[in-house]
Order: sequence, then structure tokens, then C-alpha cells
Amino acid sequence: MARYDRAITVFSPDGHLFQVEYALEAVRKGNAAVGVRGTDTIVLAVEKKSTPKLQDSRSVRKIVNLDDHIALACAGLKADARVLINRARIECQSHKLTIEDPVTVEYITRYIAGLQQKYTQSGGVRPFGLSTLIIGFDPHTGIPSLYQTDPSGTFSAWKANATGRNSNSIREFLEKNYKETSGQETLKLAIRALLEVVESGGKNIEVAVMTKDHGLRQLEEDEIDAIVAEIEAEKAAAEAAKKSPSTKET
Amino acid sequence: MDTVLNYTLITDTMMKIDFGGLDPSAPIKRNTDDWRDEILAAPSFALPTTADFDGFQKAAVQMVKPAKGTTTLAFIFKEGVMVAADSRASMGGYISSQSVKKIIEINPYMLGTMAGGAADCQFWHRNLGIKCRLHELANKRRISVAGASKLLANILYSYRGMGLSVGTMIAGWDEQGPGLYYVDSEGGRLKGTRFSVGSGSPYAYGVLDSGYRFDMSVEEAAELARRAIYHATFRDGASGGVASVYHVGPVGWKKLSGDDVGELHYKYYPVEPNVVEQEMAEVPIA
Repeated sequence: MARYDRAITVFSPDGHLFQVEYALEAVRKGNAAVGVRGTDTIVLAVEKKSTPKLQDSRSVRKIVNLDDHIALACAGLKADARVLINRARIECQSHKLTIEDPVTVEYITRYIAGLQQKYTQSGGVRPFGLSTLIIGFDPHTGIPSLYQTDPSGTFSAWKANATGRNSNSIREFLEKNYKETSGQETLKLAIRALLEVVESGGKNIEVAVMTKDHGLRQLEEDEIDAIVAEIEAEKAAAEAAKKSPSTKET
Repeated sequence: MDTVLNYTLITDTMMKIDFGGLDPSAPIKRNTDDWRDEILAAPSFALPTTADFDGFQKAAVQMVKPAKGTTTLAFIFKEGVMVAADSRASMGGYISSQSVKKIIEINPYMLGTMAGGAADCQFWHRNLGIKCRLHELANKRRISVAGASKLLANILYSYRGMGLSVGTMIAGWDEQGPGLYYVDSEGGRLKGTRFSVGSGSPYAYGVLDSGYRFDMSVEEAAELARRAIYHATFRDGASGGVASVYHVGPVGWKKLSGDDVGELHYKYYPVEPNVVEQEMAEVPIA
């Protein structure tokens, strides 16, 4: 009888955990996901690969609720994501039951990251092949937060971040263009960042906005199209302003 | 060479272990060495010869288990939570101590009261204090009174039926304001504004309920709590000793007083000097 308790994730002679690094490779092949934190709004935008004609697009939601005040988007293995999300949802309710308080964003992030770490140090299992972006408002203070976790089990808070395909270029864009925004501005920043690497159009992006009072709201395709059009117009105007010799650059 | 079998069987039933049903192919040789037999034999002891062993066990536990002989009370009022208790420990008719600390300091902003088994209460309150501190460290915020009482209630529920005897009130001040919960070893948990637990509780409730107002000052509330404990110790034989009164405010708890109930008696009912009508005179014996 084979005994599956030998660890798969073991150290290499030079201190690497190759299974974890391979998992990060899987993440890098996953769809791009962007998260931006504003003062009163947090936005998640995820690349949507073209849906086959016969597929019901509503069954492939990429941005999901963990609780009324917490949402998650991820890049990587979608099946692993489903399992992790289910465990996180259960933990949110379990916490509410034992502590009589909703989870804080930091708590559930720590839980998910802890879960991912456990699978890098257990026998017979492989790490989860996904990185998550977790957004939410603190139930007590109302402060918005954006956290990221990765297959190694580390997590940290961000003002804006990207994961998945071409995340480096998106992050570069965000570093150049990030500023404290609120409401519609936050939404535009997130979509602009994602459009750096994704074909523009409402059918290629899934966007969700979270506010303290209204929770998570998934945007309709035509809403997204409208904002994309706005962004394109602004871009065109900026290009025109640059080219025009009479306007002075400030 | 004799085959030596190592029996390290641990069984729940405390019966004398009968190895007759074991694998007959395995050699169970009775060696001539009796001392070897004794050492190798699995631990066992003879049971008392009763028809109903479980009933006998229950009765034995009931006999030694300390009854919830005590009076503790707590109530929420405008200025926070007032917690008070007596200090007598009794085992049946024997008073084992007059100076038991029945108000347990879980942490600087939460108190627990003790009724039932002293060891059970002390241990599990201390354990709760540890859990509260770990929660603070992990989540960078204090645990709520609701959360703390829930943790304790869940633990006690998981030991339900195993003989724990705990009747406690968790009192504290958190972000929602003053909080008071009653938790017991049956796993029950109740939120409330006025509770009294123990054999003296009916007497304490009488005084507490009739004198209670939400908008009392700290001194008035302390006096009400003290009087309620005193009256309970007066009538209930299992309560006595010292009436301790604690106040939990927004910055934490503070012990207000600890008065001997005997002295309280003479404070509330001072002795009137009686007029002597007749003096008894020595009658000389003829």
C-alpha cells in the first residue's frame, strides 16, 4: 500500500521550492487581473478570454463574493480557485458564528494565504496554482483594503496591483499613474490599467466595483463599453494635445 | 526461546480484559514465569460488583461534585457593569473556605464569575484569557464580550455530559458598550442585563430586581450589589464570607470593595441597646 505522505514540495540545493515557482508560472499564464483601491471605492477588473458561442457566460464569473463586504478575483488554475473560494466562504461564516462579527479583510486574506502555505508543506499535495486579489471594507472602521496572496502563501496589502498575464507591464503602468482616487476615477484607472494588455471592448473585460454601502456590483457589458469609449476619447484628446504645436506642455 | 508479546492495549472500558477473543493463531503462551506475566499483562483492575455500573458511577460523581453553593451577580447600568460575589466554598455541609476569589480577572477589561466547580471555572477562565490575548495579537483588536463568551460557550458545549460544572457570567466593556453574558456547562449562553447565579441567587434576585434602576451612579449600583449579596449570604447557608464588588467601565474593571458579610449585617441592622427590665439576682442556696 503506497503511503502518500512524502512531501512533493521540497527544497532544492540552492534554497528554491520548485513546486511553488512552477505554480507561479501557472499564475503567469492565467488571465490578467487588476485591483485598485480608492478612498471610498475598490475596483477589480479581470481579463475575459472570448467566450465560446454556446457557453453560458453567467456561469463563469471571475470576480466572486466571499461575504457581503469582501470580494475576490484570481489568476491561475480556475479549479483550484473554486476550492479555495469555497473554503474561504465557509471560514467567513464560521468566524461570524464564533466571534459574532464579520471577518476583516486582513483576517480572511491571512486565512487564504495560510491555506496556500499549508499545501507547500504537506505530504502528497501540490500547491494551489493561483494568486488572489482580495478587496473589501473593514466592518468596524469602514477602511477599504486590497490584498494579494500567491502560491507560496505570502500576502501583503496594496494600493493597486495586478496578477496573471503581463502583470509586470500593468504594474508599471499603475506605478506611473497611480494617485488617490474615488468613485468613477478609481474605476477608470483600473480599466485603463487592464486595457494596457487586453484588447479594448466590453466583452473582453469583467469589472466589479465595491463600495461600503452597496457591496459588490458587477458592471454590465454596455456600462464597460461606455467607460472604455470615454477612456479612448481621453487618450485620443491627450495624443492630439501632444501633437498640436500651439499648446504648451506643463 | 519464548515468544514475548507486548500488550500495550488501551481500552475505554475498565473491565478486566479478556483475551479469549484474540487471534487464536497468535501464540498466547502462559509462561511458567509469573512475574513476567504480571509485567506484560495489560493494566486492569477489578470493578465493584454492582448491577448498574454507570448508575453507580454517576451517583459517586454526584456525591463528591461540589454543588453550586455560591452567590454571584452582575448587572448592566448606565455607567457600565457591576459584578459582585460572595467568597464561601462549601462541600455539602462543610465550609471549606471563606476566602475564595469568585470574580476572575480574564483580562484588564473583562471579568468572569465563578459558580460550580472551582477548578473548572478557574481553569477555563484562564484558558479563555489566553484565547482572548491570542485573538488580540492576531487581529490587532480586542475581542468583543460576545466573541469571548461564545468561545467559552463552545468549549463548554464540547465537554457537555463529561462532568464539568460551570455557571459563569462574562462581563466586559467593548466597542458596543457594556456587555454581559451568562454561560454554563450545559453549553447555554444568554445575553442579558441582570443575572445572578448560584444557590443564593433567588435571594439576590429579590433585592437586585426590586432596587434596580438603569440610571444609577456607580456608588448606588455598588451599594445595591453589596446589599443583594449580603441578603443572599444571610439566608443561604452555602454563601458567605466576603462580599466583593467590582465595576467594569470604559477603561476596564476596578475592584470597589470587599466587605465581610458579618460586619455588613451589623452595619445594616445595628444592635439596639435593650432596656433591662429585671435584673437576675443570685439566689442564695440555703
